[in-house]
Formats: sequence, structure tokens, C-alpha cells
Amino acid sequence: MTASETGSATARARISGWVKKTDRRFIASTVAFVYGLFAILIVLEQGLGLGTVNSIFGAWRTITFLFAAYALITLALNLHWGYTGMFNIGIAGFMAVGIYTMGMLSTSPDALSGQGLGLPLPIGILGGMIAAALVGLLAAIPALRVSSDYFAIVTLGLSEIIRLAAGSRTLSKWTTNTFGFGTGGGSGMDLPGRPTDSILDTSIGESFAELFVIDPGRIDLLLFEIGGEEVTLVSSSILSDFLWSLIMLLVMAGVYWLVRRIGYSPFGRVLKAIREDELVAQSLGKDTRRFKIKVFMVGCALMGLAGILWQGSQGFANPNSFRPVITFYAFIALIIGGSGSNTGSVVGSLLFVGLLFEGPRQVGAIISARFNLGNAPGTFDGAIAPLADFSFQPFLAYAIDNIAPLQFVLLGVVLIVIIQKRPNGMFGDRTETAAAVNLGKQEGNDE
Amino acid sequence: MSETVETTTDTETTTVDQDAPLRVENLEKRFGGIVAVDDTSFDVQRGTITGLIGPNGAGKSTTFNCITGALNPTGGEVYFQGEKVTGMRPEQIANRGMVRTFQIARALSEMTVLENLMLAPKAQSGETLWRSVMPGARSGVVEQEYEVRERVWETLEFFEIDHLAYEEAGNLSGGQQKLLEMSRAMMTEPEMLLLDEPMAGVNPTLEEKLLDRIHSLREDGYTFLLVEHDMDIIMENCERVLVMHQGKLLADGDPEDIRSNDQVIEAYLGEDI
Repeated sequence: MTASETGSATARARISGWVKKTDRRFIASTVAFVYGLFAILIVLEQGLGLGTVNSIFGAWRTITFLFAAYALITLALNLHWGYTGMFNIGIAGFMAVGIYTMGMLSTSPDALSGQGLGLPLPIGILGGMIAAALVGLLAAIPALRVSSDYFAIVTLGLSEIIRLAAGSRTLSKWTTNTFGFGTGGGSGMDLPGRPTDSILDTSIGESFAELFVIDPGRIDLLLFEIGGEEVTLVSSSILSDFLWSLIMLLVMAGVYWLVRRIGYSPFGRVLKAIREDELVAQSLGKDTRRFKIKVFMVGCALMGLAGILWQGSQGFANPNSFRPVITFYAFIALIIGGSGSNTGSVVGSLLFVGLLFEGPRQVGAIISARFNLGNAPGTFDGAIAPLADFSFQPFLAYAIDNIAPLQFVLLGVVLIVIIQKRPNGMFGDRTETAAAVNLGKQEGNDE
Repeated sequence: MSETVETTTDTETTTVDQDAPLRVENLEKRFGGIVAVDDTSFDVQRGTITGLIGPNGAGKSTTFNCITGALNPTGGEVYFQGEKVTGMRPEQIANRGMVRTFQIARALSEMTVLENLMLAPKAQSGETLWRSVMPGARSGVVEQEYEVRERVWETLEFFEIDHLAYEEAGNLSGGQQKLLEMSRAMMTEPEMLLLDEPMAGVNPTLEEKLLDRIHSLREDGYTFLLVEHDMDIIMENCERVLVMHQGKLLADGDPEDIRSNDQVIEAYLGEDI
């Protein structure tokens, strides 16, 4: 027994050693874990069957999309908070600036709600990023004179101003006789569609989608009996969403590369020094204000880009999508992963989306599908009172029914546990040396 | 004050006294109704170790902060190498070659000793964002990093903290952090070093090591201004001693003069000097 115990212990050590050896492996393992977990959860909910495949891909679609979206803003936040110690809690606002600018540049002039110039999409995206960076500059110049807590309040205030401005009636339509702009106000703004969608409409795209449709004539070999109907393993709407998520993942990889390159450079070294002790950096002759303004603008531009790719992919932007809660989700993802670590930002985003954001809903769905809990009581009293008679069913039904608000409780608990037990997150205690070369002592210039 | 310097108060240039890189004239700093530094004037000669002493609350650290730009003086002027640096920002003063250390060692805790030193050199090309990111320009940055790395290791060896190179600075002992601070300041290639209580919290062995380094650097032509609490250190190591008391300069002379100065003895009231 002891022999097998040590055997399993060494096996576990070997696996965790293998996983932790490179960042790529760690990210890949986390992806495998979360995606595998959701496949299992869906099977638990729906049982095995051909239709389950579509549901599994449906769940993966949601996770992939949210993962890429949160990883993008978390990487940008890591540049602000993790590297430089700039407490930016106005992420949602900078995302909104990005997307509304993109809309006003690229939405067609005769859209139903909101108005734009109808310029090509790349110009809109670039314009959105530049606008977000400029708003960042506007916020940073006066705000850098105040200490970091006040800076946080300034960014939060700014983000709310942006959201309310986007929803205001005054800005909803602004026309001169030649052209017009408009945010669409409270009814939101129409945006150009996803460029990837048109790919699936081409003949190549259609034959690609065909691959995921099972023709009963072809699958006599399979063990399933499917009653002669054509079965779509993965629906084309899921496929087109995946295609878009793939673009977002590619952009995320690019941002990861960029942020990493900034981190491993003399520039990143000064950022780290500012986070640790700004007066020391100044006393060594670094003009910290310029570094802070630059990095703030870069981060804001990335947040604008994240806003465009994320909210903009729904063909529609609404001021209510930019509530401060997005900002706090990004902070949770970053704290889980470990502030200051780019790999941590990516892994933290995936774990946040998988385990905290989508996971509870999925577990709730399993319970309501597998157990007949009856109708949920309408009030909290109705859920609590039966507990006195050891009847848990109404309470459970009530909890499942209110899984979304309960998630906030879960987030709070997780945050408290992490901050108490592991304040550095998963990767925060790792040393990522801020230099463009290996700093080891060696002769010659071999790295 | 033996050197007489011709000063024109309304222009920024003065006749440079080659032998006194730092000159402080009628410096004053008020915090509300409290006058922390009151009409203090002195200069520091090139290639010397000058000590600045005084009882607690005498205004030593405030003077220091006014000189290095951490505080804005409310009156008077500070000249460095003949240039008026009064009211400049800390990084502007540091970039002119006057670099300070802190009373309580301010290591960049979550950065390694190596990173701490790599940070310091002035005008690194990689501190420009686009050069650090753009594929073509980055190779130049990498080249420079190799050069800086070599100097970092030399400096670490000079201060005998090379065995701590990979340690996070926050894990170092107080004395080691003082050494780190000084080696970091040296990496900026300063003209003059201002050390704020460099021996506070340093054990005797390390203290000796630090003083050794200071003396050998002085022989290389560096200028030092030392704020120190410990009388013995000042008396044994400085050519010239400035004594402050209640915001004013009380005495200025070599250690022997200071030892026999009645006012100084009174200020320290009973303390044996």
C-alpha cells in the first residue's frame, strides 16, 4: 500500500513537473482541463448521444470566446497594474471608447440606430484604439499628479462618464447636412458584422461546415442508430462563432507577445521600478511620468481593441455592456493568475471564465436536469423555512434558480481565500527578470 | 567658507567654482509654521567626503531632500556644477550627476539584485518603448543590455554582493540593502553621491566594508556628502564636517575644530564627541 502511495505521489510530482516546465505546457494543460471538464459536465447534464456533441461545442464556444475576451483585457490590465502598479478601475470605459469610436467610423450612415461614416473596418478598429489611447492620455495627465488610490477613483469616474455619455440622448444623433455621427443613445448602436461570417458563406466555408454534418448513408459503420435523419454534429452558427473566437485568440497571442516583449526590456524594468518605489526610480534619473503616460496609453489602446473584438462581435453595442463589473472581473482573473505575470493573466482568465463564470451555471443546469427539484420557492423565507423539517429540496431549488446572484458570493469567497492563502496568485511569486538578455554572468555575448 | 564665488543672482549661470560641485545658498524650507531648514549655506569640495551631522530634527534629511529635488525648498538656491538646480525634479537632478541613497534603504524589493542594478544606467536605448518592441530596433537594445550586464557584474563584485545577484532585493539584510543602494547609485556613473545615513542598521563588518568602498571611490575622484547620526564615523572618515542644529548651520570645519567647538558640544548636550 505504501509502495503504491509513493508510486502515485511520484507520478503526480512528475506530471506537475512536466506541466510546469514551460508556460506553453501550463497553458495547454489548463485549456485541456477546463475544456475536458465542460465536456464531462455537458455529458452529465444531457447523457451521451450525437446531439451532445453540438452541446459540448456550444459550451466550448462560450468558453473560448469569453476566455479570449477576458485574456485580452487582463493582459492589458497586467501592463497597468501588474507591471506599473497603476490602479486602473476604468477598463470598461476604455473598452466603450474603442467600440463607439469604431462604430462612428465604420457603421453605415443609414444604420437603424446610431450613425457612422461607413469607413472600412480596419480604419474603424485602428481609430477605436487610437481614441482609447487618447482618452487614456486625457485621464493620465491630470491624474498622475495624484496618488494611486485617487488615480483609481479618477479612472472609475471617467469610465462611468463615458458609459453615461454613450447612453445620453444628446449624443445619440448628431447630424450636419453632409454627414452625421451618433451613439444611438440608450437603444444602442448598430455595428458592422463580423468579417469572418462571410467566410462560411463561401463555397469553401460551406464544405467546411459540411464536415460536421453526418449523412446517415455514410455512417453505417458507427454503432449509433440515428433513425435515418441527417444529424448536424456542430451547427454552423457555432462554427462561425468559433471562427471569430479563433481570430480573437490570434489577437490575444499577439498582445501576449507584445506585453511580454515590453516586460522583458529596459522599459519594462523601469515600469517595475515605478511599481516598487517611484521615488527610487526618479532618484536614478528616470522620468517616471513619461513612462507612466506611455504605458497607460498602450494599455488603454489594448483595452479599446478588446472592447471592439468582444462587444463589437455581436453587431450591436449597448451602454449597459460597459458597467464597472467587467473591470472587476478582469481584476479577479488577474489576481487568480498572479499580478505581474503575463502567463498568469492568460491562465487566470481561463480559470475565471471556466470555473467561476460559466462553471456554476453549468453545474446548476446539471442539477436541474438530473434531479426533479420541483418549483423553486418565490421567496427566501420559502426556501429557508422547510430546512427546519430537514427538507432541503426547496432550498436547493431556490439556490439553483438564483445561481447568477450566488455567483457573486462565490467570487467574493474565492477572492478572500486567494488573498489570504496565496496573495501572489498562481504565477505571481515567480521571478520574471525584466531584461532583454539573460543576466547570468558569462564571458562573451552568447545568451 | 574660503572660496569666494562671484554670483549673479538673476541669471542661472555663475562663475563655476571647479572645486565645489555642490553649493547651497541660503536654503530655507518651511512646513506651515515650522522652519525645518533656516537660511543654510555651504558647499562641498570635489573629491572629498563631507559629513553632515546634527541632533534629531536638526533638518539634515530635509536639507538632503531639498538638494536632491524630493522636496521643493521655500527659499534659497542649490547649484550643482555651477548650474542652478533649485526646484528641479529628482530625475533631472539625478541625470546631472548628483545621485542619492535613502535613510531607510529603499531597495526595489520584488526585483532581483541584478534587476536593481540593470535599472540604474542612464539613457538606456531600451527605455524608449518602440525600440524595445520593434523587431529591428530591439537588437540594438540587446547589444546595450550585454554591455550593461558586464558593468553590473563588475559593480557587484566591487561591492562584494555578487553572491546575492539572483536574490530578490527584499530578502537582503538591512546592511546588504545599503550596499545594494550604493552600488545601484554607482551604476548611474554619478559625479557626486549623497548618502543619507549609509551606516544605519549596518553591522560592524559590513560597515567597514562600506567605508572601505567609499574611501576607494573617493580616491577615484568621486565626491561624497554623508548624512550620519554616528559621530565616530563622521569624525574618523570625513575631511570636513558640517553641523546643523534647529535648521541652521552651526559649525563648519575639520573634525578637530568640530570636536572643540563649544556650540556643537552644547547642541549635543552632554553627548561625548
